[in-house]
Amino acid sequence: MLAFQILIDGFAISALYALGATGFTLIFGVSGVLNLSHGAIMVLAAVAAWAAASVLHLDTYAGALIGVAVGMVAAFATYFAVVQPIQRSTRIANEEKEIFVLTGTLLWGIMIQELIAYFFTNNAKTVLPIVGGVVNILGVRTPKNEIFTAVMCCLAIGLLWLLVNRTRTGKAVLAASMNPRGVTLLGLELTRIYVVVWAIYGILAGIAGVLLGMFLGVSSYSVGPLTASAFSIVVLGGLGSVSGSLIAAFVVGYLETLTAYLVSPAYRTIPALLLLVAVMYIRPQGLLGRR
Amino acid sequence: MAKTSRSPRFWSVRKLLGAAALGLLATASSQASAADPIKIGVIAEAQAIAGASIPQAAQMAADEINAKGGVDGRKIEIISYDNHSSSADSVRAFQRAVNDDKVNVVIASYISEVVLALEPWASRLKTPFITPGAASNEISKSVHSDYEKNKYTFHGYLTSAALALSVCDAAKELLVEQKHMKSAVIMSEDAAWTKPLDVGYEECLPKIGLKVLDHIRFSPDTTDFTPIFNKIEGSKPDVIITGISHVGVQPTVQWKNQQVPIPMLGIASQATNSTFGKDTNDAADGVLYQGVSGPDVAVTPKSVPFAEGFKKKYGNYPSYAGYTSYDEVYYIADAVKRGGSTDADKLVAALEKTDWEGTIGRVQFYGKEDPFTHSIKYGKGLVTGLILQWQDGKQVSVWPKEIAKGSLKFPSFIKVTAN
Repeated sequence: MLAFQILIDGFAISALYALGATGFTLIFGVSGVLNLSHGAIMVLAAVAAWAAASVLHLDTYAGALIGVAVGMVAAFATYFAVVQPIQRSTRIANEEKEIFVLTGTLLWGIMIQELIAYFFTNNAKTVLPIVGGVVNILGVRTPKNEIFTAVMCCLAIGLLWLLVNRTRTGKAVLAASMNPRGVTLLGLELTRIYVVVWAIYGILAGIAGVLLGMFLGVSSYSVGPLTASAFSIVVLGGLGSVSGSLIAAFVVGYLETLTAYLVSPAYRTIPALLLLVAVMYIRPQGLLGRR
Repeated sequence: MAKTSRSPRFWSVRKLLGAAALGLLATASSQASAADPIKIGVIAEAQAIAGASIPQAAQMAADEINAKGGVDGRKIEIISYDNHSSSADSVRAFQRAVNDDKVNVVIASYISEVVLALEPWASRLKTPFITPGAASNEISKSVHSDYEKNKYTFHGYLTSAALALSVCDAAKELLVEQKHMKSAVIMSEDAAWTKPLDVGYEECLPKIGLKVLDHIRFSPDTTDFTPIFNKIEGSKPDVIITGISHVGVQPTVQWKNQQVPIPMLGIASQATNSTFGKDTNDAADGVLYQGVSGPDVAVTPKSVPFAEGFKKKYGNYPSYAGYTSYDEVYYIADAVKRGGSTDADKLVAALEKTDWEGTIGRVQFYGKEDPFTHSIKYGKGLVTGLILQWQDGKQVSVWPKEIAKGSLKFPSFIKVTAN
């Protein structure tokens, strides 16, 4: 009984982590950007979905779509207002650009966080689930919303896989992650590929944010922990490796769920962080990292 | 900066003038102080719903008092500071309020950790200080244990011990007598204010006939409450007795989404906010929480006009700390009037004699000999608190029966039974 409970809850949370981390790792893999405003973008999408439903009185579907759209707009804003100016700057030395992007996106995330707290308070918000009610799976009373979350995450990740492996645009993205110079030599414009990647990232982060808002709820305080969890999953899986991130998301998700059920909810995140430290010692490139 | 050097003659003239002015001041001092405003520093959590009401309610009280001519001709001036829910920011704000802005008294925070950090500063800077919303017993216990040093601190809200009593008094009538419940699990967040609350619960729940089956304390950072509800359900209690303030929206929404069939009653500070229904998409329906006032509850004749006036002015009903903050400005003004001075020691002495009918009941403070010195008195005819329930997106008072506007009503997934 408890085993099934852990299996079901762990799956939903892991799938959500996986979706959140996929976009994060994709951006890094393709454009070398570690986007530390990731958590802020997710929270912003969730709060937008909440506000659309509660303040503007739109229905749940419209709210969710607005949330995802806001996620994408926020991703573009991050790229065009923060990342691109740093990358194109002639006054910042090339070897310092990475650290500038890190700092820039971190500050950008804090700005978004403070704005959310200013306009919507720091109290938690939850998005009304698209499907309500519960079903009994193997004796476990499972909210339908939890199943919906897991299905949506798997679907989004599946579509991403198809996009990357089966379409021309996707192949260009994949090529850019392997050899940016090669891609430009083939006559493809790298900036365009970056825009596509940021769009994909925005949609993924938006969906992840809205689903998180429905499943657990978010507040402006969630910004830091969400970025940190995406970051540690991606590092654990191997920076830039999408499949590594997926595996890492499930490892972290189940480890947390096991700890919460079998030890105490208070220690939920500790074993996953210890594992991260251990992996850094033994295999610094992460589970499936290339180096 | 430009005028750094002045001629000696200029200085001597200035000194003369200064001395003359001082002499004039000494004779006219009573008139000068009559025109000085009474400055109240308000330090609060502007980004939190509970905290945001604190400066707003204080300003509203000040405006009302000033419109009626102030206190013996002196206007009340509110100077507010956002502490970003941080103790360090609060201490800096307190120092600035006293040293730079020269406030006479400070109203601050609904977070016990913040208030406990400010208490020694009230002592060091000898400035009367009242909290409108923190609950930890330690706040007033410190006043009792070192009165001369800590007498500047007043606890303008119920202590955790009194909150536990209030919940038990209500649970006895609502759950044990009406619904024949026999067992409970305590679920509280790990924070300074819940430690004495839990001690209170552990002590009074068995006395009213609710056996405590389990006691779960969780981190205020918790986002996934599934394992917690799962564990609670495992022990099959009739009711979950809560002690939550930093969290609220998330456990409530997950309680509903997971259809945990056990009712919740207790302290749930976020549920006191009128926006809680919206924040939880009405998952709050059925939640029972302790409050000192409610939007349509006439605890005293002042309660409803205040709540409505607040809503008219700021667009939403006040949080629980809004009611207390509003009352505090009034009884500070009353104390200044009775004591005839804003001098710290005289103000403390006058505040100790407070007997003020506010929005939350009749406010009096425990004396030097009581263990909770300077905390507001709990009991019938004073402040008892009440129990409200979220019903169809509204806060409805259900206890005590003298002021109750409705009876218990639960969503369909809740099983109200005695196991």
